[in-house]
Amino acid sequence: MKENKKTYWKGLEELTNDPEFVKNADREFPEMPSSLNGEEGPSRRDFLKLMGFSLAAASLAACEAPVRKAIPYVNKPVDINPSIPNYYASTFSSGGDYASVVVKTREGRPIKIDGNELSPINKGGVSAIVEASVLTLYDRERLTGPHINGEKVEWSAFDADLKSKLASAGSIRVVSNTILSPSTQQALDQFSEIFGAEIVTYDPMSNFGIISAAKTTYGVDGLPSYNFDKASVIVSFAADFLGTWISPIEFAKQYSKGRKISKEKPVMSRHFQFESTLSLTGANADYRTPIKPSQSGLAVLSLYNALAKLAGGPTVSAAAVEIENLDRAAKELWANRGKSLVVSGSNDPNVQIVINAINDLLQNNGTTVDFSKPSYFRKGDDTRMNQFVSDLNGGRVGGVIFYNCNPVYDFPRGAEIAEGLSKVKVSVATNGTKDETASLVQYIAPDHHYLESWNDFNPKTGEYSLSQPVISPLFDTRQAQDSFLAWADAGTNYYDFLQGNWESNFFATQSEITNFQEFWDRSLFNGVYSVSSESSAVTGFADISSAASAVAKTYKASNDQIELSVYAKVGIGNGTFANNPWLQEMSDPISKATWDNYLTVSQKWAHENELKMSEGATRKAKVTVGNKSIVVPIMVQPGQAYGTVGLALGYGRTNAGRVGNGVGVNAYELLDSSKGFVDFNLTENIGVELLSDTYKIAQTQTHETYMGREFVIQEATLGEYQKNASAGRHHPEVYFEGEFVKPSKISLWKGHQYSQHHWGLAIDMNSCIGCGACTVACQVENNVAVVGKQEVLNRREMAWIRIDRYYSSPEGASSNKELEVAAENPEVTFQPMMCQHCNNAPCETVCPVAATTHSSEGLNQMTYNRCIGTRYCANNCPYKVRRFNWFKYHDNKDFAAVNVAQNDDMGKMVLNPDVTVRARGVIEKCSMCVQRIQSGKLTAKREGRKVQDGEINTACAAACPTDAIVFGDMNDTSSKITKMLKIQEETISALKEVNEERAYHVIEYLNVSPNVWYFTKIRNKDKSEA
Amino acid sequence: MTIKRSLLSVPLRLSTLLLVFLLSMSTQVYAVNPDVSDSEEAIAAGKSIFNANCRTCHRLDQKNIGPALRGVTDRHSIEWNKKFIRNSQAFIATGDAEAVAIYNEFNQLAMPAHEFLSDDDVMNLLSYIEYGDKADPAAAAAAGGVEGGQVGTGGGIPSEYLTIILAVLVIVLLLILVVLGLIISILTKYLSSQKLDEVDEEFVNQKFDFKKILRSDAFIIIMTTLVIAFVAKSGIDQLYTIGVQQGYAPAQPIAFSHQLHAGQYEVACQYCHTGVEIGKSANIPSANICMNCHAHIQNVGGKEGISTEIQKIYNAVDNNQPIEWVRIHNLPDLAYFNHAQHVAVGGLECQTCHGPIEEMEVVYQHSSLTMGWCIDCHRQTDIKSQGNEYYDKLVQLHSESKNALKVKDIGGLECAKCHY
Repeated sequence: MKENKKTYWKGLEELTNDPEFVKNADREFPEMPSSLNGEEGPSRRDFLKLMGFSLAAASLAACEAPVRKAIPYVNKPVDINPSIPNYYASTFSSGGDYASVVVKTREGRPIKIDGNELSPINKGGVSAIVEASVLTLYDRERLTGPHINGEKVEWSAFDADLKSKLASAGSIRVVSNTILSPSTQQALDQFSEIFGAEIVTYDPMSNFGIISAAKTTYGVDGLPSYNFDKASVIVSFAADFLGTWISPIEFAKQYSKGRKISKEKPVMSRHFQFESTLSLTGANADYRTPIKPSQSGLAVLSLYNALAKLAGGPTVSAAAVEIENLDRAAKELWANRGKSLVVSGSNDPNVQIVINAINDLLQNNGTTVDFSKPSYFRKGDDTRMNQFVSDLNGGRVGGVIFYNCNPVYDFPRGAEIAEGLSKVKVSVATNGTKDETASLVQYIAPDHHYLESWNDFNPKTGEYSLSQPVISPLFDTRQAQDSFLAWADAGTNYYDFLQGNWESNFFATQSEITNFQEFWDRSLFNGVYSVSSESSAVTGFADISSAASAVAKTYKASNDQIELSVYAKVGIGNGTFANNPWLQEMSDPISKATWDNYLTVSQKWAHENELKMSEGATRKAKVTVGNKSIVVPIMVQPGQAYGTVGLALGYGRTNAGRVGNGVGVNAYELLDSSKGFVDFNLTENIGVELLSDTYKIAQTQTHETYMGREFVIQEATLGEYQKNASAGRHHPEVYFEGEFVKPSKISLWKGHQYSQHHWGLAIDMNSCIGCGACTVACQVENNVAVVGKQEVLNRREMAWIRIDRYYSSPEGASSNKELEVAAENPEVTFQPMMCQHCNNAPCETVCPVAATTHSSEGLNQMTYNRCIGTRYCANNCPYKVRRFNWFKYHDNKDFAAVNVAQNDDMGKMVLNPDVTVRARGVIEKCSMCVQRIQSGKLTAKREGRKVQDGEINTACAAACPTDAIVFGDMNDTSSKITKMLKIQEETISALKEVNEERAYHVIEYLNVSPNVWYFTKIRNKDKSEA
Repeated sequence: MTIKRSLLSVPLRLSTLLLVFLLSMSTQVYAVNPDVSDSEEAIAAGKSIFNANCRTCHRLDQKNIGPALRGVTDRHSIEWNKKFIRNSQAFIATGDAEAVAIYNEFNQLAMPAHEFLSDDDVMNLLSYIEYGDKADPAAAAAAGGVEGGQVGTGGGIPSEYLTIILAVLVIVLLLILVVLGLIISILTKYLSSQKLDEVDEEFVNQKFDFKKILRSDAFIIIMTTLVIAFVAKSGIDQLYTIGVQQGYAPAQPIAFSHQLHAGQYEVACQYCHTGVEIGKSANIPSANICMNCHAHIQNVGGKEGISTEIQKIYNAVDNNQPIEWVRIHNLPDLAYFNHAQHVAVGGLECQTCHGPIEEMEVVYQHSSLTMGWCIDCHRQTDIKSQGNEYYDKLVQLHSESKNALKVKDIGGLECAKCHY
């Protein structure tokens, strides 16, 4: 029966059939943690406690319900109606990270962020960080007013005091991350002019190399615009453009366009990735080659030489380096000149100059990479920042203002900045929390949260967007721009300043609207505004020989030493939002680890050092870089290049707040900025010493397995698909009355009739990049609890939607050698997994109290108030998507530190009022956002019409930046999902004839008949291989 | 005979007088201006204008916040009416004597301007005022006269009579018992004086042995079963009432009377409960909605000064301090209820669930709000599918069935319709 030769595995312990793993794998729920079952049986005291509880419960139940108040507004705002959400277009921005968003508010409280579909940048997509950012508004760690030397003061006193100090401070520096806002820049300039201040910009995840290369080669200020959608061949040297590189939401949207495949368009882009640590982008590549960071420069050079040879141009001298797939990449790039793209994540300006030369050689300029339309997501200048740190310590700085940045934590020389701050006369921070930097300054003028602020943004040439406050300021904070204007005695507030700026600069760029107020209102309503004519001149191409020889000198073809590559994780990013529990508990797309960073090592290294990692149990290592050292747990990571280790940024915060403090270790302090740029790759003098200390990393990947059930993942190569659209599909058959038939032909069930709607999901595994935006979106929408690291270790995370990450290799592995081969560079597949809403649901039949039932619209309903917690349903679920509330996670001091959205008064403001917060002892699971379905139906009914396709959407599908998840009504013949699945016959039966060859059900032969369809994964490979 | 006749003549004369009085009340003699049309269309058009703009303050035949309007074309010229309706304040400012008199008579309450009404609109409005909704004058007078009285349920025997009849029946039955007892004792006495055979004598002299019955097994079993059944039944019933607050009528911070506002003045429910057709919650009105009327109306029943209850609204507005009403209808958090679904889509009357709210001096919870109560209604209620395209397919699929399309037929009993 098994046609598929690949072995799929979720973790190394599954691949090797580790006995401990096998023992636990057949349990839906692990054994109780030792604290509860350590003693033998319940004691007499337990019995008395229970007695007491029952008595108290009985007497409580007998009480009358408490008096509740209904408090209306004194003066109801016209557009706020209780229970009816309002939506406002705004913009998320943190440094150069950018997304145009739509904010949903209820009763004046922002509760959910969605992407703005009108935005030409992110086109409705969001990332996990953007989704989670709404919770930071309600962070208890936010400062509640201005402080001078730790004392809370009034704004007037603060301004008076600070202004006099600034006037006599001497040389003043304003330090900030990338400023995307033209109006903010103007306000700062105005301030700088008066006080003679200099603005220093840096980025925690610096792309200074690209900026500096753009300046050298094209004389352009800014980053180029990338168009991944126009590229048929994509080559990336360690640029994690789908996860963390520059503008990942935008790139994911573009990338997915080239990856979508259908019978009508049976082509897709081919993607090569050369990197050390398995990144989200690498996991999606068709051909991935693990390389060492010390080789990366030479790899770029040899690609240049290969292309130059094909072009018949001059080559540059470089040491030969043996890198798999590089020649193939060169050939295919050359064949696709003008529609290919080469990018590099290196921060070395010389490497980026060679990259520019390659794209120039390939005639990609103006198509896939566009320097005439620069983007501004990163403006950080590492050289000037280095100069600032030296000036600070040299006593040449009189005053310093940190504008919403935290260099003490996230700049490699943070410790020096911390030391140097004692030498300045005036130090100011506008940071919203008392973070590592703000806690060391004299004056803190806390800024509003972005959801409380007015601002504008210019992420790309000609593209503008606005942000508007969606809630009155919660605290006595003041927008930083207002602070700068106040200190500069500008005599205006920032709102007027901003409007004035738009009136004088942008109003005239259009002729459609003649009234400024109308123009302003329109721009604010849309959230975005484009000026089509803007573009910047590109000068001729500069010579690359000096850059090439510098690269040839710096990089080595082989290096015996172990190398460290520092990367960023999709969830935590640069660490700004480390205090956000949703991001901490979001499992990393690759390692599936939560609440930690760790040193990723290869399986080969682990064997050499006799380290065996099983189900998160591991040991710690001491990593030494020069004279700095840190102790960090080890993660054996398939795909990690041998001879390299990886470590994520964004952890090890000391002043983030109670959630983020002390989680992981800080990798910024290991980085090196001595070469004039921040180098994220350390290739020399690295020591990794395995310690005997054991440690447990909370991973979600090792549980919820399918027990070796086959055909969960179905995939094919592009060539196979072009020949046969149902390639890779497994068609199970069962023997019945003398012949083999499809499982759906025989059934115990009578089958359902869905007379009005038949809701379903179609998930394209080719588009899904595994970014996890849907998991956080679901958490926000459905009030899913955060349980904390210990409970994740106990396998009790509550996520309703998870992304299963499968590695695959040609064969299983029984010996160490085979394991090394399998784990050297496995293929990766992502599969979003949520309740499959089976038409023949196994959970429904085993519930003794009918708490889980089937609806007349195809939904599998979970009724919390009826559930008595037998967990039979979870045991009987083949997809392992049901979650049990082992504890009361809300209003419980034991979870107050992690589950802030359900415990403190501030955090609770983010809860979705339409969804119940679940009690202890009940099962919960994906409801297919039934609250959204109900509300969409009600709108249609009130307007006396049918539900239109697209007006109802689930949170996961709405958040998806690649449109991999499509929700819709399978009874509606015109809906997108019906067309995708090619359902031709109009029927109200639950069993629909799906004619799309790629569509399949996970574990189809069980005939549970899910309403969630998956589309086979198609890899653009020449032949099926791992 | 003279005496008799004179005795008869008194009620006759009185009744004649009364009749004349009643007639004079009902047909207060006035002449409708002949320009005012009495066509049905004009009256209907006028009615909708009246309901939308005037009804909050005016009635046709009763003095309300503003004067009773019927006969207004007799009292004033058409032109005068147009001016007053369009912009009364401007008209009063011109010093027109009639207008100023009315303004002063009604405590100088300003009537909003209605400049958007066209000439035709005003004529239609006047048609309705003069010819529309002619209620039975006696009933109208009675309704106007009764203050806060309970309106009879109408039809059948009134409940107080029922009690009297029951009491009489019980007395009669008791009397019958006494009479029967007397007959038995007389007969026994008579028989004991007669000579009887042994069997009969035993029968006559037998004693009623109460103790024996008490000790019998059958009696003990029956009684024990009954007691257990009673205790269990009342226990279970009691459990079912936990959290059920039917009849809950807490004291509110302001003694607001729905009887006065919704009953007597017929202010539409939606005027204050603005959310009822658009959202989940009906909305307790915010103070600014109260102020729409109470900016002018400061006291009840034409009394001078500001009433203490109305003063509380002013205080709330002046101090920006919201009024903390006590919530009466409390659904548990696990149940989702949406007013718009029931009122705007289902077309239910408020009274279906909230009871005779227009008669409530103090609002109480009329229905039990238990799940059984919800489900019962979903089982019995027809879908209001007429003219709503959303239901077309369901109606079509249901057309073969003889029964009407009920809420239960389209998933109205499913868990996830209310619990999520």
